[in-house]
This record gives sequence, C-alpha cells and structure tokens, in this order.
Amino acid sequence: MYLLRRVWAELKNEVLVLPSRVLVLVWVLGVLALPLVYADPYVLRILTMTCIFAIFAASWDLLAGYTGQVNFGHALFFGAGAYGSALLSLKLELSPWATIWAGAVLATLAGLLVGYICLRLRGSYLSLATLAFPLIALGLLFAFPDFSGGELGVTGLKRLATGAVGNYYLAALSMLVIVFALWLLADSKFGIVLHAIRDDEVAARASGINTPRYKVAVFAVSGAAAGFSGALFAHYLRVAGPSTLETALSFQVVIWGIFGGVATIYGAVAAVFLLYPLTEWLGSFKAFGELRLLIFAVIVLIVLLFMPRGLAPWVRDKIEAQCPRCKQRNAAWKKTCRLCGVRLKTQIAGAESLVGHQ
Amino acid sequence: MLQDILVTGLVNGGVYALLAIGFSLIFGVARIVNIAHTAFYMLAAYCFYALLTQVGLGFALSAVLSIAAITALSLLCYRLVIEPVREHESAVLIATIALGLIFQELMLRAYGGSYLGVPSTIDGTMRLFGVSIAYQRLLILGVAALMLLATWFFLYRTRTGLAIRATANDLEVANLMGMNVHRVAMVTVAVSVGLAAIAGVVVTPVTPVHPQMWLEPLVTMLAIVVLGGIGSLKGSLIGALIIAYVEAITVFALPAGAYLKGAVALLIMVFVLLARPEGLFGVAFEEER
Repeated sequence: MYLLRRVWAELKNEVLVLPSRVLVLVWVLGVLALPLVYADPYVLRILTMTCIFAIFAASWDLLAGYTGQVNFGHALFFGAGAYGSALLSLKLELSPWATIWAGAVLATLAGLLVGYICLRLRGSYLSLATLAFPLIALGLLFAFPDFSGGELGVTGLKRLATGAVGNYYLAALSMLVIVFALWLLADSKFGIVLHAIRDDEVAARASGINTPRYKVAVFAVSGAAAGFSGALFAHYLRVAGPSTLETALSFQVVIWGIFGGVATIYGAVAAVFLLYPLTEWLGSFKAFGELRLLIFAVIVLIVLLFMPRGLAPWVRDKIEAQCPRCKQRNAAWKKTCRLCGVRLKTQIAGAESLVGHQ
Repeated sequence: MLQDILVTGLVNGGVYALLAIGFSLIFGVARIVNIAHTAFYMLAAYCFYALLTQVGLGFALSAVLSIAAITALSLLCYRLVIEPVREHESAVLIATIALGLIFQELMLRAYGGSYLGVPSTIDGTMRLFGVSIAYQRLLILGVAALMLLATWFFLYRTRTGLAIRATANDLEVANLMGMNVHRVAMVTVAVSVGLAAIAGVVVTPVTPVHPQMWLEPLVTMLAIVVLGGIGSLKGSLIGALIIAYVEAITVFALPAGAYLKGAVALLIMVFVLLARPEGLFGVAFEEER
C-alpha cells in the first residue's frame, strides 16, 4: 500500500505536471496495450519493425546528436548485428537468444574500431568518412558469397518467438528498455560530458575530460544498441541481407534522427513512430503503392521547412516553457513556475516584436 | 592490361573530378554537404536521354539543353528548399538527402527501374600504344579536361571567381567587403551543378541510365573529396585520379575485383585519413568557436 501511494505521488508530482511527460506515459501505455486491443497481424508487423527501427534511430541520436559525430555509416552497426547473429545461429546452430547478444557484441567491436579510426576526424570529414565503412563491409560480403550468401544474404533463420503478438512484445519491450537506458545515459553525467564535447571539445579537454575515451565509448554504446536492433531485425524477418548495410539505410536513420530533433533521444523515436507507420500505411494504398519513398521524402522536406530544428523540440516549445529563473520546464499555460513560483510571462507590450528577429 | 588500367583510370578520373570539384566548391562557399549532387548528375543523364531518343534532337542541342535545364532546376531547388533552412546545418543535410530521394523516385516513376542506353556520340576506336580506345572515351576525357580548365579559369582569373574564393575563405569578411554573398552562393550552386550535369551528359553513352545511378558515384565522390581535402580543388582533382586508378587496378588485377573496387578505394581513403585527417591538400584550420 505504501509503495502504491509512493508511485502515485511520484506520478502526480513528476509526470503529470508536464505535458511532454504525460505524452511519453500515454505512448508507453499505448505501445504495451495495443495487442490487447487491436491484434491485427499486419498492424503488429509494421509496429514490430517500427520498434526495431526506433532502437536504431535512438542509438544514432546518442552518437550524432550528443557528441556531434554525425555518423553517415550507422548501417554498419545494424548490418554487423544482423550478419553476426545470423551467421552464428546458422553455422554454429546456436539459439537466437544467445546469438542476438553476440551480434550486439560484434557491433560494439565495430563501434570501437570505427570510433578509434575516426578519433582525429571531425565535422564533415567524419560524416563523409564514416559513410565508407558499411560499403567496405558490403564489398567484402559480396566478394565472399559462399560465406555471406552474396546478394541473397543469410536466409532461413529461426524466429525468437512464435506468433505476431509474441514477436511484437519482444521488440516493444526491448525497445522500451533500450531507449530508456539510452535516455538515462544521455541524461547522466556521461551525457553532459557528451554535450560538452559537441559544443567545445577543446574546452572539455581543458577541463580534464579524457575526450578520446568518451568519443570511442559513445561509438561502442551506440554500436551495441544498433547491433542489437539489427540482430532483432534479422531474426524477425528471418534473413540478414545486404539491405542492412546499404547507404539508403544509413541515410534513413539520419533523416529520422534529424527530423525528430537531434540530441533528444525521444525525438528520434517519435520520428520513427510517426514516419515509418505513415509511409507504410500510405504505401498500402494502390494509388500510392510505388510512391512510398517519394511521399516520405516530400513529407520530410515540407515539415522541415516549418520546423527546421526538428519535430520534438518544436512540439516541446509549443507545450512547455522554461522558467527564466530556475530553468525548470513548465506547462506552457501555467502563469507561475511550479518550483520557484516566479512569474513565467512578463508581458511588455511590443517586446516580442523587438527581440523576435535575432 | 596495363594500358587498360591507364586509360580507364584516366577517363573515370576525369568524370570523378568533374563531380568532386563541384561538390567541393559548394561545400567551400556555402558549407552545404550536398548529398543530392550526384542526383543532379542522374537527372542530367535522364534529361539527355529523353531529349535525344524521345524528342529526337541532335546530340549537341540536347546536351546543351539538358545541362541548362538541370542547372536552372538546381537554382530553383536552392531557393525553395535550401535557402529557407540555411541556418540549420542538419536541416540542410537531410533536405539534400530528401531531394536526392525525390529525384530518384520521380525518375523511377517516369521511366521505370530498367537500364536505359543512349547510342554513342561517335563510333569507332583508335589504336594508341597497342590498346584500342573508343572515341567516346576520348570525348569524355576531352570534355572533362576542357571543363576543368574552364573552371580553373573562372575561379582564378575572373572577378566572380575571386568573390567565390573569398567567400569560401571567410564568409563574414567577404560580406563586409561588399560582396553579395547570396549571389555568390547562387553562382556557386549553378557552377557546381552545371559541372555535375556535364558529367552526367557525357557519361550517358557509356553508362546505363537508371534511377539508382546516383548512389555509386556519390560514395566515390565523397571519398575523393575527403581524400583530397574538403574545399581544395587541387585535392579533388588528384584525389579523383588516385581513386579512379585504384578502382581500375582492383577491377583488372584482383579476382572478384568488380565487387571489391568500391571497398578498396574507400579503404585507401580511410588510410589516408589516418595519416592526414584533413585530407591530402586540405588546410587544417582551427574550429570556429
């Protein structure tokens, strides 16, 4: 009983006071409750893929958004996870429950390697150089078709769970756990250091932070999460093909990450949850059938013209305001700050138009 | 085989250099990582194909028309899509990716995914040092060399070129010195995409035209630009030749080389970057803070 009261108090004081947290709560409950309400296999299939890609996009955001190492070759980790897990489970006949972790470990190693190589690169050089890594891997896979299956990929994998609902819950629970773990990590001291590295690496180093270690570490963490999603993807579709390493996938995750708003984690997840089902749904119409990618690109372009900083920051700024004194966030319709009581909006006539154009 | 390598490397190097220099220019002046750069190359190839085989204009006329049309299109895209979000670097980045995807899908819609071909401009081959070279390839090489010379002349011997280089060097100071940086950016976009369109038109007779044809040169071009140093024209030219020769050697000398050519070229790039993070001819300047 005490525990229940405690949970309720936490909920009332920490979650329900902010509209963005309420949104997250509703989303989590929705993700968990969906199969109980509406268990259409087609919808579940799309949402399973959405969950897998949400892990992938969140891992990209941790790397690119927080440290500013905009990775154009994130598909390398996805592919490493997919191929690693697929080959191990097929050649050694291990259970997929074990090989998924092995795939994640392989992707972590790939992350360490890429992170180490890219330590001296920055900015656009890093972005363009990272684009090369998945293609190098792809070239190697095509050069040894007996081992990798060439164009067809590794086929005939076992699924992790039977039934659409089982697979959905597997993907959804992994997504929730990993995304929350990444979000906690990004919110911790580690995340603050990453922010510092992006904003000013020299200053961070001067403050006694071992920036190379952090930069490699974040590559490894991000690679691990992306590899896990890749392994889930391979076992869900029962095939690990070259499409998991393609440039198109790397670009896709860049679009998701930036569309949602960088350095937020939840932005990337929100972008996947909006864009992926939307394009699949539009693609299911006969008239649009072939136009899926076109619609996707046009939507992204148009939304971007209105929200150049991304979707999540735009929404957050609409529904919440920052207290000028204690920097805590408040619901936009509140008159006084919920923590320090200072007045949120000091209206001076015409002041908006004066400071608006900076 | 040696002659094959020499000729293929030179011809591909010329085309790559056209693409890479355009990309490098636009990055230097406007700080735009233009992923859609090779999509314009693909569009030019399609436009040339349509004018030549469907409308039935002559080679020269369709070439000039398609280059002009694609350049105009690029200016339109710049004004409508890139300019409004110029201040947000990441937004510009995915805007160009989205543009590339849109062009790819539009062409897929209009012409289908099949490989289209254009008859060669001039038939026949000539023998040079015991290796037969198609005139078509010589034409590509000639056009590429001419265009590189013209670009060099434009950048280093005209007032507009001086303005472009000054803007690339320091945008704010160039602005303070009274240069119209917006117009400079427009001119740069036009020149850069114009070069890509020329590359697209000249390679059409030897390369199949299809909606995905922009992805492969895109990666090669990015590798070249990074290898040579972003913003350095000399670097782009030399990088293009290096990558083209590495590819040619891989294709002709290694088993399964056709699959590995991209991988080997990219590995070379990674190794160069390990030794010189700013590329061969890039300038390591302090970060803006």
